[in-house]
Parts: sequence; C-alpha cells; structure tokens
Amino acid sequence: MAELLSYKLLFVTGKGGVGKTTVAAAVALLASEHGLRTLVCEAEPKGDLARAYECGPTPFSGRRVSDGLVAMSMDTEASLREYLRVVAKVPTVGHIGPVARAFDFVATAAPGIREILTVGKLCFEVREGHYDLVVVDASSTGSVVGQLAAPTGINELIRVGVVRSQTDWILEILGDPVRTGAVLVTTPEEMPVTEALDLAGRLATETPVHLACVVANRVLPELFGRAEEQIFNELSRPARLEVLSKQLEVPRELVEDVLAAARLAVTVRRDGVAHLERLRAEIAAEVPLLYLPYLFARSHGLRAVRQVARALSEELVT
Amino acid sequence: MSWPEPRRGARLRAFQPAGAGRTVPLSAAERTRHLEQLLAAKEIVVACGPGGVGKTTISASLAATAAARLGGRVLVLTVDPARRLADALGIGGLGNEARRVPDEAFAEAGLRPKGELYAAMLDMTESWDALVRRHAPDPATADEIVSNPLYRNITRRFSQSHDYIAMERLYELHEQGDYDLLVVDTPPSLNALDLLDAPGRMAEFFSSRLLRWLIVPYRSRLVNLASRPFYQVADRILGSQFLEDLAGFFILFQTMRDGFVARAEAVNQLLRDVRTTFVVVTTLEAVPAVDAEQLIESLRDRRLNLGLLVCNRVLPGSFSDPPVARAAEALGQCSGELADQLAGHLPLDKTSGSRPAPEMVARVLNEVARSFANFRLVATREAELLGELSAAHEVTTSVPYHPGHVTDLRGLLEVGAKIWGDEDDLAVTVASARRPRARRSPGGEEIDD
Repeated sequence: MAELLSYKLLFVTGKGGVGKTTVAAAVALLASEHGLRTLVCEAEPKGDLARAYECGPTPFSGRRVSDGLVAMSMDTEASLREYLRVVAKVPTVGHIGPVARAFDFVATAAPGIREILTVGKLCFEVREGHYDLVVVDASSTGSVVGQLAAPTGINELIRVGVVRSQTDWILEILGDPVRTGAVLVTTPEEMPVTEALDLAGRLATETPVHLACVVANRVLPELFGRAEEQIFNELSRPARLEVLSKQLEVPRELVEDVLAAARLAVTVRRDGVAHLERLRAEIAAEVPLLYLPYLFARSHGLRAVRQVARALSEELVT
Repeated sequence: MSWPEPRRGARLRAFQPAGAGRTVPLSAAERTRHLEQLLAAKEIVVACGPGGVGKTTISASLAATAAARLGGRVLVLTVDPARRLADALGIGGLGNEARRVPDEAFAEAGLRPKGELYAAMLDMTESWDALVRRHAPDPATADEIVSNPLYRNITRRFSQSHDYIAMERLYELHEQGDYDLLVVDTPPSLNALDLLDAPGRMAEFFSSRLLRWLIVPYRSRLVNLASRPFYQVADRILGSQFLEDLAGFFILFQTMRDGFVARAEAVNQLLRDVRTTFVVVTTLEAVPAVDAEQLIESLRDRRLNLGLLVCNRVLPGSFSDPPVARAAEALGQCSGELADQLAGHLPLDKTSGSRPAPEMVARVLNEVARSFANFRLVATREAELLGELSAAHEVTTSVPYHPGHVTDLRGLLEVGAKIWGDEDDLAVTVASARRPRARRSPGGEEIDD
C-alpha cells in the first residue's frame, strides 16, 4: 500500500502554524501501526512532539511512545558527542567540557555545522538501519532549505576534515528519491499555499531532496451541492427567517446566528478551493496531493494525531 | 461579509497588577481611549508572537489605523518577504527605503487620514551591509568583510541574525527621528523570545573568549596547551584550512567590535525604554496560545512593556452562546417539519424547474445544525483559551475571524477598528477632534502641525 510509508527518511515541513507537527506525528504513528520500526524527530526542540503524543519529554536519546514508535528531539551538541564517540572515535571525549562551551559559538559562526549535525544524525539512523522509517518534524520554511542544503554547502566551504569526508554518504541518502522525500504541509489559505509553492521550488533548486507529496491540511468538506446552496441562500431571506423564528419559538437574530455558522463553512470552503486549485496547478503533476480534513475540535494532542493518522491512511489507500 | 458581533461583552480587560483579582471589562469608549493613549504615548510598537497567526496584518492594521486616527508620521516595518502587505498598502515592491502610502489609497478606503502612513520592508542583506559599512574602520575593510563568503552565509542563513537586524533597523529608524510611531512586524523566529535576546547575544558574541582565541595567530594557538583539546577536535571535524578561513574572517569582523557592542547595548536599552511597547499576537488555537502565554511571561520577567494582546481570527461569540446553540439543536431536530413548512414557499429550482423536495430542504437544515455544532466546539475552546489569556491581566482584544485575506487598506482599517474595539463608523472617528502630535523634523527640531 501507501507509497509514502515505503520511504526511509521523510522531512515534514511547511509554514509555521499549518500543523506540521501533527502531520509528522500522524505519519509516524501510522507507519508504526503498519509494523514499521519508526523514529520521529523534531528538528527544533520545542517540545511540540511531546505535546502531540502527550508523552512527556522526548530526549535526544529517544522515548518509546508506543510499539515500534520512538520519538526524539534534535540536540546538535548531543549529536556532536555521539558523532565523536561513535564515528570519529575522538579520544578527548572524556574532557569535552570546554569544547561543548565553545561548540555553541563555532556552530553559530561556522555555516552549516548545526545543520549538518542535524541532518547527519538522521541520515546516520537511516544508514545504520536502526529504523524502517525516520520521520522528521522539520523546521519551518525559512530554515529547512538551509538544513537540507548544508551538506552541499559544506562541500564547497570545507575542503578537508572529518565533516567533509562525511558529506558524501549523507548526500547520497538525501538525494535518493527512493529513500528520502520531503512532505510539504500547507493549509488552503493564501500565504501557506504561496509559501508551499515557493518552498517546493527552493527544495528543487537548492537541495538534493525530492518532493514526496504535498499535504493540504484543514480542508473543509463541501457542505452543499448547487441546488442545496440555493435553498440555503433562500433561508437567509426575511420571510424564511420569520418562518423559522416562529416555528422554533426563538428570536430571529438567533436563527441568523445559527445560519452564520453554515455560511462561514461555505465561505471558508469556497475561499480554500481557489487556493487548492492554485496549489494543484503549480505543483508538478506527478507529486501526490493529499487532503486532510479540518478538525473542528481545533485541539492538539494524541486524539488529533490519531484523527489525522486515520484521515491520512484513507488518503493513502485511494 | 460581516459576522455577528461577539455577545460576550467587552473583550478588553483593564490592566491590573498580577493578583489584583477580577478583571474589569471596559466600555467601548474606554477601550478606544486606552489604545489611543497607548499609541500616542509610545514611539515604538513591536508586534511579536508565534508563526502563522497574522502578525503582519495586525502590524499593518495598527499602523494604518494610528496614521488615520491619531495623525503624525507612522511607519510600519515588515520583515515578511511576502508581497501581500505591499499590495494591501497599494505600494508594490517595498524595499529597505520607506515609501509613503498614497492618500489616494485612503481615499479609496473612504477616509482622509489625519497623518501619514509609510511602509518599509526589512532587506536583510542591505541592512547587514549598511551595518558593516557603518562600523568598519575604513571602506576597504568593509568591502573585504562584505565580500567574504562566510559573512554572506552567516548573515543570510541564521535566523538569529535576522532577529538582530530587525531590532537594529528599528533602533536606527528611531534614532533618525523621522517618524512619530514605528510599528515593527518581527521575523518568524524559531522562538519568539530569541528576538528579545538578539541584541544581548550580539554583544556577547564579540566579547566571547572564544572569538579572541580564534583570532590569535594559528601558531600561538598550537603552543597554547589549554586550547589544544579544543583545537584537536575542531581540526578533526572542520579541517584546519576551514578554521583558518574562519579565523581570517573574524579578524576582520573584530575591527567592528566596539561599534557593534555599543550599538547592541543601545538597541537593548531601546527595547526596555518606556517609549517602547510590545503587542503579542496569537490565535486561540492550542499551540499558538501556549507560545503566546510563554511570551507574555517572558516579557514580564524582563520588565518589558506589554501594551496589548491581540487574539486574531476569533470566531463570533454567538457560536458558543447557549441560547443560539439551543436554537441550532431545535433546527436540526425539527428539520422535517420545518422543511414541510418551507418547501412549498421556496422558488423553483432553475435547473430542474420544480420546487425543491422537502427532503432536500431538511438535509440543508440538518447541515446547518451540524455546521453550527462543529463551530460551536471550536468557539467553546476559543472562549476557554481567551479566558486563560485574559486572566494574565493583559489588555486583550479580539479580531473576528474573516475568511480570505486582507488585501486592501480598507481591510486593514477594518481590522484596526476591531483592535481599537469601537464599532463607530470610521468616518465619525476620524472626524472627532484630536490634536495631532508634534513631530520632529528630520533635523530634530519640533514641528507643530
């Protein structure tokens, strides 16, 4: 089934506030339910993932969420330590204290260091086959390109050294369209769609990562067919409002308030459809576009993640 | 289109010190006065909050409304690279240079502004280059820094550098004194708090021991035993050539140290100044609301002035109003009878030429009831979150949900009217007497206009 779950490494990204974390958490949950050993990692350690799964802190070392599902938060310093210990076998690990202090600074100053430690750790998990699927709740639009472009950039800036020697295999994993893909999350609104299209372009030109699919989140269902909408519009006329008001024995304003909710749903839906059409028209035809429904609870947490996972699984089947 | 107004009474709470007990709802007039006083007394408004909540629109609305109603020269500085704000203000292609929003744009929106509205976008590259040119000892060093690939990487890639430059540019504009009010829309940071720390971190950056260590000559570094472990690790990871490049760059950068440190401290001071106020923008969704609450706490810890909390895209209060909800339930329950009553009076369907079947009418009524129930759930959650946020005793205002996006000045002014909290006709408010504030000319002397 689900082509999406056949990837090894998925970067879930999009504009802030579109529901990236929930989608990433749902993809990972779905994968683990399909029997895949799954790691989900938040690239920005803000605790969003812990909030999504309602599971308590998700450290760099990982936290078991459920069967086959481990959640972690990226920590570039811990990633560096692990790297030094496991890969570079640097003997000075015992007294790394001053290095750790200095690291923050060098990582800020030297372009791409933080990024490559993030991407490197994730690719490392893929290479070592510790998991069947690694899902990344990646940074939002602004910095994800920097992260995914870092290995290429490092190749240009750093001529020798361990980092340089590592970039080749990282690039190989990132650039493999069978193993690695980006999942672009958006909502049917103007700015998120504009940013998604912009990001799709930048992913293609500036990074080796291919676009696996676009997820349109919070899509409202169509409320009325054409004939039904005509009836609905009729209901707002004073004469009909009068009938409804009299029959329900409530003031007319209350009936108007009730109708306002449906009108809102119709308007938002119509507004969103235009943006979705723009999205579909401008995203390459071979890229699947998945739709996830608007969750009226506006809640986050495990229940929302489960609902999104269910919706996602239906989308993946069709 | 317009939505029913919230029925839950005044959404704006009087500011009270923490623990002072209940909040006091203000009358519409009091709300308006509060905001007018705030914007008249302050010279800088920093809009901050989580990503995707509409900060840019709120910033532009505040600026446009202040220019229209209070007068004076108002500048909105946006960092959003999107063209939407420029379009909304009727001035395509915003640049680092401020552009005046033409009076015709206000005329189209149906009013004559008391003051002048300007808009500018924050161009990161341009701003950094200007900063380097200001602080570099000579033009040759400035050129060398600006053309260094590491410099380009650092200034373009890191969001911290964006945070700093936004605050720095704000400082510069304030220092120039061309505007009575500056409204700045902040960059989407990893963490909204980063913005507040940016100037401090910039000063720290230049003062750090590591930077000093990095720029001592390569040879003396090797013989310095204390730094050997670090060097070995760094060399192993980065390669010595790269470390040399890095050192070379920082030797250049170091020439700007004094200017930078002094500047960062001045920027920090300005953020703390009584003339500066922060406006936190959020939506009433779970995740942004938590972020906003943390931001509010953090502003308070730092003794920064929080002038206003704007809850954006709030559903009408009627959606969570129990009597309305009962009416919606009744509508669903009686959909069959209501449909029988209505169907005969509805016009003929244009396509089929027959009257709609009662079953179809009933289905529409059921959908209406279901829609209401759906939105009621959301509105109830929102009301809870609003209650929690208002309990922080901040001055809180709600901007109703509006489908689509604000695409013109009228839209911005309408949002502004919601923030203001008055339902008056815009024209009436504009006509009301209020003495314009004295403004400073570019030279600094007071002009009374």
